Amino acid sequence: MFKQIEGSKAVAEAVALCRPEVICAYPISPQTHIVEALGESVKSGALTPCEFINVESEFAAMSVAIGASATGARSYTATASQGLLFMVEAIYNASGLGLPIVMTVANRAIGAPINIWNDHSDSLSQRDSGWMQLFAETNQEALDLHIQAFKLAEELSLPVMVCMDGFILTHAYERVDMPSQQQVDAYLPPYEPRQVLDPREPVSIGAMVGPEAFMEVKYLAHAKQMQALERIPQLAAEFKQVFGRGTGGLTHTYHGEDAETIIIAMGSVLGTVKDTVDEMRDGGHKIGVLGITSYRPFPVAQVREALAHCKRFVVLEKSLAVGMGGILATDVRMAMSGRGSLRGFTVVAGLGGRAITRKSLHKLFREAEQETLQPLTFLDLDWNVVNKQLAREREVRRSGPAAENILRDIGTVASKIA
Amino acid sequence: MFELRIHGRGGQGVVTATEMMSVAAFAEGRHAQAFPSFGSERTGAPVVAFCRIADKEIRLREPIMEPDAIIIQDPTLLHQVDVFAGLKKNGYMLLNTNRSFEALGLGDFIAGRPAERLCTLPATEIGLKHIGRPIPNMPLIAGFAALSGLIRLESVVKAIGEKFSGKMAEGNIAAASEAYNLIKTRMAEVAHV
Repeated sequence: MFKQIEGSKAVAEAVALCRPEVICAYPISPQTHIVEALGESVKSGALTPCEFINVESEFAAMSVAIGASATGARSYTATASQGLLFMVEAIYNASGLGLPIVMTVANRAIGAPINIWNDHSDSLSQRDSGWMQLFAETNQEALDLHIQAFKLAEELSLPVMVCMDGFILTHAYERVDMPSQQQVDAYLPPYEPRQVLDPREPVSIGAMVGPEAFMEVKYLAHAKQMQALERIPQLAAEFKQVFGRGTGGLTHTYHGEDAETIIIAMGSVLGTVKDTVDEMRDGGHKIGVLGITSYRPFPVAQVREALAHCKRFVVLEKSLAVGMGGILATDVRMAMSGRGSLRGFTVVAGLGGRAITRKSLHKLFREAEQETLQPLTFLDLDWNVVNKQLAREREVRRSGPAAENILRDIGTVASKIA
Repeated sequence: MFELRIHGRGGQGVVTATEMMSVAAFAEGRHAQAFPSFGSERTGAPVVAFCRIADKEIRLREPIMEPDAIIIQDPTLLHQVDVFAGLKKNGYMLLNTNRSFEALGLGDFIAGRPAERLCTLPATEIGLKHIGRPIPNMPLIAGFAALSGLIRLESVVKAIGEKFSGKMAEGNIAAASEAYNLIKTRMAEVAHV
């Protein structure tokens, strides 16, 4: 059924349709609406049997999810930004123990400086945590990915983060096709745990493992993510059969066939990129798009195939590996190693909620076509502001806090539209 | 694609207004996207929210910098925020005030723009009368429906019915209807001048 609904509410409804048995969460913007709505569903009895557990922190949220999952309950939580960082120790435990928790990450920047806005720094900081990470392009895909994520997580006994752009998606009202309970039940079978804390058949979970077997246990986690590379496209195909929509999967290509330049990105910015590409195609530019849906596991083969015939690629990413450049770009370049003639460009964009506009993308993509871009570019970076602070630091030892200096330089922003 | 930007202050229902606008457009079978400009979620602080309406899926995620229409929920913003930034030459503008454009010093701004697309509405007064609170958003949405013809009053009423219940729904619907009829009358007068 079509609905005009806020992204967070849509995800809450989709999660409820997946019949979670334990939901525990600590509110942090911008995912708060998701667990608020789920809390209401549990309280009203609409979502039953399900226990909603108020916890005292994100660390507790993940710890309770681990405990609940270990008893065989379908477990869900959601977080963002510093909240995700606060649960990091438990995040590694959830994946290390092989517990299929599904967690929404409403992607947001990480401070300092304090910033509540969107980028991908939070979940990408957990790149190597052993969790799978699926990125949604639209609210429809966010909704659908949660349903696919429970199935994927439980089949492989490995946790999944469903990543959706904070505010840009979570707080956007748009049309979604909300599936019925019957459809979700037909797609997602009841959870059958591989391991369960059951007094009738006692086991312990969480052994200490020394050098004799640690590598083997870790390798198995990698092997499972390699299995996920096979399963994710199959699960998307099965999803399409039940729900009629081609969401999910490892990657999506757009005008890739004859493209000489391919733009690679994750999440909601793909919409703006596609609109820009359409306008450029109208002008005869051979440009296409590769959207990465599965960031972990990383679809090396699909990326290689998608870029097999292009001359250059641009990785447009909402993240920064300080001291290196791109995070997603590093993976893409690794995937393309050996393709000597292929030019790759890294573009860091949209950090801390900086709007990524068609106007900027048009200029950027043309520069990429002409190969006049630097290997690493910061989109719409205000060099005057940066150089002023750098000069200040050269001139005086006690130059003061950088963020405060820069805010003073640029003046109030309350009156700006974008 | 039609792009609307609403300016107001925290507590005036700016974000709700764009959401309701999107729900009303959805009720007419159109695609719509509503989203706020995030951050300044404090009572009284300037707030901006956006709404796109189209006949096909809306993929664009940038803020609306060249709107087809603006609604200004609080005339005191005129001195603080560049509310008209990027407004198209033939764009619509609906301003919440019980004064005239000229009295607000906007005579120069409206000169050369199509008179039938610019209007004022005493939306705060209409809100107070029907809802008992100075919330101008629903009268403005309904007034904008009348001004632009983009959506029907029934769709606004339907959206209100989905969002509110009881006295709040009744009050908002009464406020919306009065605003709609008032703007329709004003537009008829402009057409006869």
